[in-house]
Amino acid sequence: MSAYTEEELAKDLEGQEYKFGFTTDIKSDQAPKGLNEDIIRFISAKKEEPEWMLQNRLEAFAIWKEMKEPDWAHVKYEKPNFQDIIYYSAPNQTKKYESWDDVDPEMKETMKKLGISMEEQKRLTGTNVAVDFVMDSVSVATSFKSKLKELGIIFCSFSEAVQDHPELVREHMGTVVPTKDNFYAALNSAVFTDGSFCYIPKGVRCPMELSTYFRINEGGTGQFERTLVVADEGSYVSYLEGCTAPQRDENQLHAAVVELVAKDNAEIKYSTVQNWYPGDKNGLGGIFNFVTKRGICGYRSKISWTQVETGSAVTWKYPSCILKGDYSVGEFYSVAVTNNYQQADTGTKMIHLGKNTKSTIISKGISAGESHNSYRGLVQINKNAHNARNFSQCDSLLMNDTCGAHTFPYIECKNSSAKIEHEATTSKIGEDQIFYCLQRGISEEKAIGLIVNGYCKEVLNQLPMEFAVEAQKLLSISLEGSVG
Amino acid sequence: MAVIEQKKTGLNSSTIWNQLSETELRIDSQDKEMALRVLNNTPMPTTRTEAWKYTRVSKLGKIEFSNQGAQLTSIDKYIIDESGTRLVFINGHLSEEFSSEEFQDELNITLLSQGEELAPSILNLDDEIFHSLNTAFLTDGVQIEIADNANVERTIQIIHILKGESVISNFKTIIKAGKSSQANIIQGFFAEGEGKSNFCNSTSEIFVGENAALTVDKVQYENESTFHISTEQVQQEKNSVFTINTSTLNGGLVRNNINIDVNGENCVSHMNGVYLLKNKQHVDNHTVMNHKVAHCDSHELYKGVIDDKATAVFNGKVYVRPDAQKINAFQSNGNVLLSDDASVYSKPELEIYADDVKCSHGSTTGQLDEEAIFYLQARGLSKKSAHKLMVSAFIGEALDMTKNENARAFIDNLLLERFGWDF
Repeated sequence: MSAYTEEELAKDLEGQEYKFGFTTDIKSDQAPKGLNEDIIRFISAKKEEPEWMLQNRLEAFAIWKEMKEPDWAHVKYEKPNFQDIIYYSAPNQTKKYESWDDVDPEMKETMKKLGISMEEQKRLTGTNVAVDFVMDSVSVATSFKSKLKELGIIFCSFSEAVQDHPELVREHMGTVVPTKDNFYAALNSAVFTDGSFCYIPKGVRCPMELSTYFRINEGGTGQFERTLVVADEGSYVSYLEGCTAPQRDENQLHAAVVELVAKDNAEIKYSTVQNWYPGDKNGLGGIFNFVTKRGICGYRSKISWTQVETGSAVTWKYPSCILKGDYSVGEFYSVAVTNNYQQADTGTKMIHLGKNTKSTIISKGISAGESHNSYRGLVQINKNAHNARNFSQCDSLLMNDTCGAHTFPYIECKNSSAKIEHEATTSKIGEDQIFYCLQRGISEEKAIGLIVNGYCKEVLNQLPMEFAVEAQKLLSISLEGSVG
Repeated sequence: MAVIEQKKTGLNSSTIWNQLSETELRIDSQDKEMALRVLNNTPMPTTRTEAWKYTRVSKLGKIEFSNQGAQLTSIDKYIIDESGTRLVFINGHLSEEFSSEEFQDELNITLLSQGEELAPSILNLDDEIFHSLNTAFLTDGVQIEIADNANVERTIQIIHILKGESVISNFKTIIKAGKSSQANIIQGFFAEGEGKSNFCNSTSEIFVGENAALTVDKVQYENESTFHISTEQVQQEKNSVFTINTSTLNGGLVRNNINIDVNGENCVSHMNGVYLLKNKQHVDNHTVMNHKVAHCDSHELYKGVIDDKATAVFNGKVYVRPDAQKINAFQSNGNVLLSDDASVYSKPELEIYADDVKCSHGSTTGQLDEEAIFYLQARGLSKKSAHKLMVSAFIGEALDMTKNENARAFIDNLLLERFGWDF
């Protein structure tokens, strides 16, 4: 982190509003607008899916039709018109890429702009990152596949997994987030187009970070991806996810489902840097980010969610852990930044079922502009979760007097041996702190950057190195000009 | 959908009120109309209703409640503060026999059944079925006006006693504390004997004038088959101090709503609560602290000990409205579980729309520290007294908020009677 100096940061900040706002001019293959059984059959056919998958989708669609869009979150937005969305859009590709060189130059350019320079990474040895790149609806490139294969690790796009490893997909898909779980999970189960699949075999420690990069490129489309990570007994994996989208006046819908399965003694670390287009200064456009993320823990296993949320017009996201196995551990570290007219309602659910389970929640919210940032979390200690332990800390920082910061924790305890602590604070940056910095010759803008960084440190420290730098940059960009 | 519709209208004839006759009190006509409309159109809240997520009230809809007066031979054991004056209501009807004959000069006390037409209520009736029930079928009520600049030294007690079976008391208390006045009001809620399925549905409208200091101590000691739903709606004007201490020591299903609106600057508000539950009791404390203007403080402390199969719910909400700068709002909830069948649902919430504020909340749930108990036992205390000492240390902080010594002694007596705890 030390390599990244303040001068560089300042340079990065100059004139940057949303640096990923470009569109890539790639011809794409699209489904007609709207949602009906035919579209689902179309998607399934495009993906050459087996019959059981199609049946799953149709079942999910039937369930979805019966469900109502939830409105309990502390956000206001115009409900998306589900018939006005293109559910399938794929960069036009005739064949699968055999090697990196086959990739469309336009696409390579996109990746370069996004900072995913696979070519460069290919040359690197040591700490590597294997990347799966999902543009619009389909996965376009996965790197380091062969190297991972040697260890028995499967890391591929979801549709490939359906083709090549149907037994694994069938066994685990929908076990953590059932189709009926909620409105958007049901929608996703019906129309999901691609995503990533990852399987770590017994006792294997994945030697590199696995990473997925999601991008919405085409206008009028929705992105519905599905990620499934299965860590078999005694394995370890660190998984990263990044998201960007072009600048548009319309609201695009992103409704993903992420399922993590950590078997006995396994550990999954899942980090997200979410930077979907947040809309312009007047709140026009931006992505609706309605995501269901959940993990289930076996005996002595651990799932750790880390997220840096800076994008999206509306975020509605609660990465959760079901602590089913005894001695399992759930962690949630989050920094959510909202500026202008962004709205975020995010938090976590920790469901303690097993004995001696532990969970930690650290949530840091920063609101600026006219935005609203809410933490909503549930800590549930069930009857048999003896000696369960939870610690939650939710802090909110307010940058000016027009934004809002809210906390809605739900704490439910049904066991007398449980220990639960929850604390939350809301305040602004102290004038004395700024004054202290000013006195020492640090300008106000820099002082705020410094204080915000310190405030988020606990969470940023959890991120893998490469991401931590990016996250810090994002924080500064998101908050730029918001200091009043 | 058709099924849902049917359910909605089906509750029209909910047995809570079909045995009752509409109130003869002169309440505001619009309020009455509204209340009846709500009762006819709103279904009973279920656990899907956010405000009733953890409290089931469906039982209430199955009981045929009625209201009639009752006689008691003595009320000595219900007198909380011997030195104060008192108003005694049995099943919501004034008992002249047991009430004081003379009251403090600074007070103007009127019964709602004998007074003039009531001003429109400050209660929220919309969607609030129990407020509407209270309004439409009001048994009686009392209005206490405290004169400007009065320093009322003796306490005023309002003692409610339920007697009989399936009795409902819809009672309203209006307290108007004049400018720069100072007073302590005690509300006691009791049930005589083992009377089953009685329902105390009470509302209070409290106005705290400029520079006034008002303290309300609420003592709840009904029996384990009693339902109790009460709402305190408070309006605070500038430079005023308002304190409410709720001690819930017995009761079957208890729901306390305390909503404080702060309308003027430089106000201080305190909400404190103690709840000690055992057997199958269910106690739900819902508080709303609404900071509408700048430069105010609020402090909230709720502590509870839950044993057996009892359930405690705490939902505290703090709003800081736009432009209400320089607010200090603190909220704290602590729970000790003594049994594996006991449960706690805690939901402290903050909704902040201004930036120059200091707001925090904390919530803890745990058990008595085994090591501390061992320490005490090693020093010759029996396990029972060690437990007692630990519990008293835990809730003492909240109990001590009741500053009225007589009321505090009364509460200690109740604790001894019900739990065998002599602190």
